Amino acid sequence: MKIAVCIKRVPDTETRIKVAGTKIDETGVKFIANPYDEFAVEAALQLKQKSGGEIVAISLGPDSAQETIRTALAMGADRGVHLKTDGQPYDTLSVAQALAVELKGYDLILLGKMAIDDYNHAMAPALAEILGLPCVSAVTALTIDGAKGTAEREVEGGTEVLSFPLPAVISTDKGLNKPRLPTLPGIMAAKKKPMESKPAALGAARVTVRSLALPPERPAGRIIGEGAAAVPELIRLLQTEAKVL
Amino acid sequence: MENLDFYAVDTSLSEEERAVRDSVRRFVDERVLPIIGHCYVEGRFPKELIPEMGALGLFGANLPEDYGCAGLNNVAYGLIMQELERGDSGVRSFASVQGSLVMYPIFAFGSEEQKRRYLPLMATGEVIGCFGLTEPDFGSNPAGMITTAKEQGDGSYVINGAKMWITNGSTAHVAIIWAKIGTDQDSIRGFLVPTDSRGFSAKDQKGKLSLRASDTSEIVLQDVCVPKGNLLPKSGGLKSPLMCLTQARYGISWGALGAAMACFEEATSYAKQRVMFDRPIGGFQLQQHRLAEMLTEIVKAQLLVLHLGRLKDAGTYTPQQVSLAKRNNVNMATDIAREARRLLGANGILAEYASMRHMENLESVYTYEGTHDVHTLILGQAITGLNAFN
Amino acid sequence: MIFAFAESRGTSLRKAAFEAISAARELGDDVHALVVGPSGIAASAQELGAYGAKKVFVCEHAGFAQYNPEATAALLAERVKVGGYRAVVFVSTAQGRDLAPRVAAKLGAAFAPDVTSVATSGDEIVVTHPVYSGKAIAALVLNGAPAVIAARPSTFQPARTDGASPSVETIAPVGDPSASRVVVTELKIGGGGKLDVSEAAIVVSGGRGLKGPEHFNLVEDLAASFGNAAVGASRAVVDAGWRPHSDQVGQTGKVVSPDLYVAVGISGAIQHLAGMRTAKTIVAINRDKDAPIFKVADYGIVGDAFEIVPALAAAVREARRSG
Repeated sequence: MKIAVCIKRVPDTETRIKVAGTKIDETGVKFIANPYDEFAVEAALQLKQKSGGEIVAISLGPDSAQETIRTALAMGADRGVHLKTDGQPYDTLSVAQALAVELKGYDLILLGKMAIDDYNHAMAPALAEILGLPCVSAVTALTIDGAKGTAEREVEGGTEVLSFPLPAVISTDKGLNKPRLPTLPGIMAAKKKPMESKPAALGAARVTVRSLALPPERPAGRIIGEGAAAVPELIRLLQTEAKVL
Repeated sequence: MENLDFYAVDTSLSEEERAVRDSVRRFVDERVLPIIGHCYVEGRFPKELIPEMGALGLFGANLPEDYGCAGLNNVAYGLIMQELERGDSGVRSFASVQGSLVMYPIFAFGSEEQKRRYLPLMATGEVIGCFGLTEPDFGSNPAGMITTAKEQGDGSYVINGAKMWITNGSTAHVAIIWAKIGTDQDSIRGFLVPTDSRGFSAKDQKGKLSLRASDTSEIVLQDVCVPKGNLLPKSGGLKSPLMCLTQARYGISWGALGAAMACFEEATSYAKQRVMFDRPIGGFQLQQHRLAEMLTEIVKAQLLVLHLGRLKDAGTYTPQQVSLAKRNNVNMATDIAREARRLLGANGILAEYASMRHMENLESVYTYEGTHDVHTLILGQAITGLNAFN
Repeated sequence: MIFAFAESRGTSLRKAAFEAISAARELGDDVHALVVGPSGIAASAQELGAYGAKKVFVCEHAGFAQYNPEATAALLAERVKVGGYRAVVFVSTAQGRDLAPRVAAKLGAAFAPDVTSVATSGDEIVVTHPVYSGKAIAALVLNGAPAVIAARPSTFQPARTDGASPSVETIAPVGDPSASRVVVTELKIGGGGKLDVSEAAIVVSGGRGLKGPEHFNLVEDLAASFGNAAVGASRAVVDAGWRPHSDQVGQTGKVVSPDLYVAVGISGAIQHLAGMRTAKTIVAINRDKDAPIFKVADYGIVGDAFEIVPALAAAVREARRSG
């Protein structure tokens, strides 16, 4: 089975964010493999363990993306492809087009449902459209049986069960599996696995970041009442003011 | 935490070294920290973690891939010890013993057959070892040991003696026992003694107030018979176990740094959150002084062990250099743990905070693998050429 | 003209349908909506009009009995191309997150999901979108027409308008919806996996004020009343063994940034606050009016949790039922 896993290098969300223009200030920021992409790598490794095949780890970004590819190689992927860009482009479709060039001929394309930096939740369906492939996003369960697959995904109030044919694009959600840690021998072996680097053929970008700002300070709160009698007012506030209900 | 890399030591690490450090850190965060407070209070070593540690490649990580080990360099090895001890000194002690005190002597002094038989299984944790050098009456002076190994007509040996303060003693499948085949320290040899041998018994030492999440045992050897093939053929004299100790002490220098980092991180976090007299205590001068001292010592210790690791990798390091690092890093870590404990106030005496556990553990680390005072004399001799041991 | 996708399930509209229209109205008054579904969905067109749609396209087909991503995306894209709309608006629900990017890719459009505000600035559409787990807000410029936008759920509140009835047009699907490759074979309502506190949009946490592990069912019930809410716990109750460590919110537990955080019987130790202070809205219920949690809470209720929480859970259920 030929499996491609797309992974992204992202800042660790434990980091405090400092804004510098339209980007974050990267000094002292720790970068990690996008945790949602790790579910994808783990899913690929489990499929390979079951049915054999090859896993290619692909990442788009500056040279530092190669480190993230090597994390996937250390987990057990077989080879890496680095699509080189200046900085990390923001526009999902533009990046999807560049990734699509590399993603021909795979039985399964796996990636995380979203990246913890841009929170866009969009790469898998966009990629699938460009490639003309079926797509199921944000799966919490996945089974592949020959050229068919079934998956589950969480929706509001329940779970959808879906079936789809291969080849397909699948994005992975928390709960699908528990990603293995790169073992130390794996980290050493990763250095010797093939890694290709080539310029990314980005599509036109239609979304640009005008500014990045810290969220406003928390305003002071208030006690709105006592006992169960205060509940209706709370509901009203949650609906109209806080808009969370 | 950005503060922990105040001098950007990460930029001096290779990508693999950082990846190793990060993997072990995640393991400790996910698997060790959630249970270690309880284990410490209960007085048990979390044995259930051994297979995972083995699978991760933590045992004998700086030994060659050829023997099923990770084949890492010594800086990476040090980083493993640092991260394990950020968790707990007892957990790091397990790995130190398995790697530096059991796998290393087999690697350095064993026959090819012994290496092939034991090393791969020890790397995975399927076979656990312990290191029997210290005796009830011979701690700082191992040369005086009275455990004997008498050669028999057929080439086998009969071993008699007692060992004490043996980490992993009661869980080990095999013990590396150092014994005299003659009368003086040049006659010291290493023996692979299966712990199920007749006459071999190991009993856990109770009542410890330190290293509680670790098995520490007394071992008694009463006419224990081992075949000729269990002698480590290249071992010879006190130098052999001391070489093992140098390996372990190197790892401990990094480990102590990890404990110090954990305490500093905990103290800093607490100081920023804990409000007293209407502001976080981290805003008061006395606490800032504590934290500044801690950070300074940590940075010094980091640069020290990093350079030592590079020297070890270049093959040029000396045991005296390791003594300096072990002595400094453990001592500063005991101070940091104590000061962190004090900064935490009343909360600091609870097992849910790590600092007091580290503080207690580090007293053992101060004492074992050459006490602080012994390393002082090693340095004194290196400086002056004069032996102040006796 | 702005196009809004009206999400539905079976023959009922979802709240997101009205939120999409509200968001679309930020860009212009002339909002057209599309709803797809099995036979019977057409009846919902009038309601869409009551919330601001001037025209509603309806596509009824058995193939839309469950979510049908390929057929829905194809229909949307075709409609938008034919109609020459300025923007297409979705809501970033589970369905919207799957559907909107497909439409954007088909249209080659500028695309921004999980958007918290929408505005036009001359020819440009500018939106805001939280990034880095909500630690920063990005202002994005979308170039070209149409632009595809997906609004963050519960951000653009539905608002009834007193406009005239919408004009309704029945349209045919593009191709055969039954021939879609991706098929939802089943929709299991309720149950499902336990939501993780660090991911849920709503977290209801309990603390020592609940007096015992047996009372945590109150917190669980309140969480259940919100629908997709996770149950969290303070460190005190985790240490006491009432709840698993994975539920712990706080400095030594998990740091969460939900839209709504309800703290029940939690005093608000700094350690706990560190774990939830970036929540969009914080509600605190505690019998001690001086509890530190009230300094951080947007809305506080002082009193007995055993009285307040069941009342709140019932009220939330009622509010959601009628929403």
